[in-house]
Amino acid sequence: MASERETDDVTGVETTGHEWDGIRELDNPLPRWWLWIWYGTIAFAIGYWVLMPAWPGLHGYTKGLLHRSDRAEVASELKALDVQRGSGAAMIRKASLTQIEQDPKLQAYAQQVGQSVFGDNCATCHGIGGTGSKGYPNLRDDVWLWGGTLDDIQHTITVGIRSGHPGARQSQMPAFGRDELLPPATISDLTEYVVKLSGRPADAAAVARAAPVYAAQCVACHNADGRGNQALGAPNLTDSDWLYGADRDAIKGQIHAGNGGVMPTWGGRLSPETIKALSVYVHANAGGQ
Amino acid sequence: MPTLIDNTRPRPDAPPGSETRAAVSAAARAKGKGDARGGLYKPREPIYPKRVEGRWRTIKWILLVATLAVYYITPWIRWSRPGGLPQQAVLVDFAGRRFYFFDIQLWPQEVYIFTGLLVLSALALFLVTALFGRLWCGYACPQTVWTDLYILVERLFEGDRNARMRLDAQPLSFDKAWRKTGKHLTWLGIAFGTGGAWIFYFHDAPTLIRTFWIGQGAMTAYVSCALLTATTYVFAGWMREQVCTYMCPWPRIQGAMLDEHSLQVAYLRDRGEPRGAHKKGQSWEGRGDCIDCHQCVVVCPMGIDIRDGSQLECINCGLCVDACDDILGRLGRPTGLIAYDTDSAVAARACGQKAVYKLVRPRTIYYALALCLVSGLTVWGLISRPQADVHIIRDRNPIFVRMHDGAVRDGYTLKIANRTFADRRFEVAFADLPGARLSQPGQPHNSSVEVLVPADQVVAVRVFVTAPPDPDRPASLPGRFVVRSGDIRTEARTVFLSGAVNPQ
Repeated sequence: MASERETDDVTGVETTGHEWDGIRELDNPLPRWWLWIWYGTIAFAIGYWVLMPAWPGLHGYTKGLLHRSDRAEVASELKALDVQRGSGAAMIRKASLTQIEQDPKLQAYAQQVGQSVFGDNCATCHGIGGTGSKGYPNLRDDVWLWGGTLDDIQHTITVGIRSGHPGARQSQMPAFGRDELLPPATISDLTEYVVKLSGRPADAAAVARAAPVYAAQCVACHNADGRGNQALGAPNLTDSDWLYGADRDAIKGQIHAGNGGVMPTWGGRLSPETIKALSVYVHANAGGQ
Repeated sequence: MPTLIDNTRPRPDAPPGSETRAAVSAAARAKGKGDARGGLYKPREPIYPKRVEGRWRTIKWILLVATLAVYYITPWIRWSRPGGLPQQAVLVDFAGRRFYFFDIQLWPQEVYIFTGLLVLSALALFLVTALFGRLWCGYACPQTVWTDLYILVERLFEGDRNARMRLDAQPLSFDKAWRKTGKHLTWLGIAFGTGGAWIFYFHDAPTLIRTFWIGQGAMTAYVSCALLTATTYVFAGWMREQVCTYMCPWPRIQGAMLDEHSLQVAYLRDRGEPRGAHKKGQSWEGRGDCIDCHQCVVVCPMGIDIRDGSQLECINCGLCVDACDDILGRLGRPTGLIAYDTDSAVAARACGQKAVYKLVRPRTIYYALALCLVSGLTVWGLISRPQADVHIIRDRNPIFVRMHDGAVRDGYTLKIANRTFADRRFEVAFADLPGARLSQPGQPHNSSVEVLVPADQVVAVRVFVTAPPDPDRPASLPGRFVVRSGDIRTEARTVFLSGAVNPQ
């Protein structure tokens, strides 16, 4: 590095006097437009310090003349949202579930609220279209484990299923195989019996052997005719809808392990109005009951 | 095709000595300057059009008043429509998504009608240009009309051509200052009036004229008004002929529309040449009628010399015709040295033949036929618009739902548009699927559903279609939603997916 200023022969511009490996730096002035933008940013920064929260101090920070605060902004936006929702929520609160479903305006409101709430909270298990998957019930058809009326649905959403809530819908199918309540051969026979119940061809000898076992072990919940009991969440074994699969292996597996899913309690997490809207949304889009 | 001189480009064929003559034509003068500097852009040479009177100027004044009257009065015409619909005859209602034109009401879905109108306007322009040259440019174009108005204002404040040139050359004085300020303020006032009138086409005029002044008008109104004020002031006050020459595509397009039979402002060189100064009492023998007085040049708002031939810049406004006729009249010579004429007529007379005017030519026939065809299609499209419309959005999740008994249910969202001015109850049925039952969310099943659609609105409804169990049903069935109300009937095609490819 040299400190002597000299003029570059080619361009006629003064150099900065720096030299690296024979390369010298021209001392061209900064572009005017660049300088003005730079001055502009300085002016802006000073204005910003004065108007907005900027400098940290020992006790808090400078608040700025505008007293802007993101936290306060969020609070006021939430308040505005409450006001905005007010009238709709009030209408939902006053009306009964049936009234909501039968009134086109209220139903449209419930559908809107229901759809977004369903997407946020229910779709994880039941699917965005509500058709469920293995172990998670389909909410679009007309098969219901715990009842598909408006009131049933509202109650299920509020208390949940096997959720630990004191009023939760509660039932437990015994794990006949895992807990060694029945020997494997009998479970195979029972499987044939259940297949027969759903109207499919089955091994007649096995069905005959299983008949007394079904009468002793299963009738209490699933009924003698196999149509189940919604009060106990016991599924109908005669239809074509199977929560854990329709083939013999799946049925045998269910008799062996007695699976039962858990649905959370939504009462207390969602407002009563939201649960009402959600119930109407689920009921209106389902196959009915 | 006639050769058009384009003064925006270098002219290799420029005759020697044209430099001296170029001192008069602003376009040529500016070109000389640009060349000398070798710069990228041609500097604008100020043009001071001289006041002129005559037949074409009178027609232009009448058209100016008429077009401005149409522009300013149209939004204030009231029109009675049923219900709560706007009572303004011509209204582009963006908020309500409708366009009203007297008894015609268009929905956004029907903008194709506008396509027809645009094609029609283009064809009409083609036809008029092929027959009569650039009538649009010279008489009806807003740029021409507003520039004329602005030049009128300029003349009121600063006087005619010579006074204006003197004023511009003067150093700043009180006299110059108030004249310039007055001119620009008046210009801005006119510009504001222009932008202010524009916004009434988009809102209820009597309401907006109140809310606009108290700051309660729509933001779009203020922005549009400001934009149009700015463009009017800049285009008509400052840019003027540059808009036509550099910004507008039409001067370039018109070259393809004109032919030797098209009417345009022409200098009849056969009669005018050889030109030269003429003293009183001199003989007219052996010389042309043009006395080289440059009146055609000084009145030209485009700053060209029409005697150079047809030029790209020429808007065919006919002011040079008036100027020349005035001089010829004083000289006692027959008028029409510069006139609306065709290239072929000029050429024929130059050879001593009789000029022939051919209005009917293949080009004009094609344009006229296309014009008839497109106007026919547009009118037919307008008359045969359906009064109701149905669009179908099929549920994609779930694609289908199987019921406990094997019945299959598909979900659809129907958007039913009622274009009539009365509330209507539409009956929706699903055709082509025997035994299908329809329902709306939370409602019992039926063979059809009923939907009430208020006048002039679209209603979206969810409809479930349930088909009875049928193991032989194909996976995908074409189907139709038929929507009826009285004698109004419309339908839309869709598919019914039975889930046969997803057996349980």
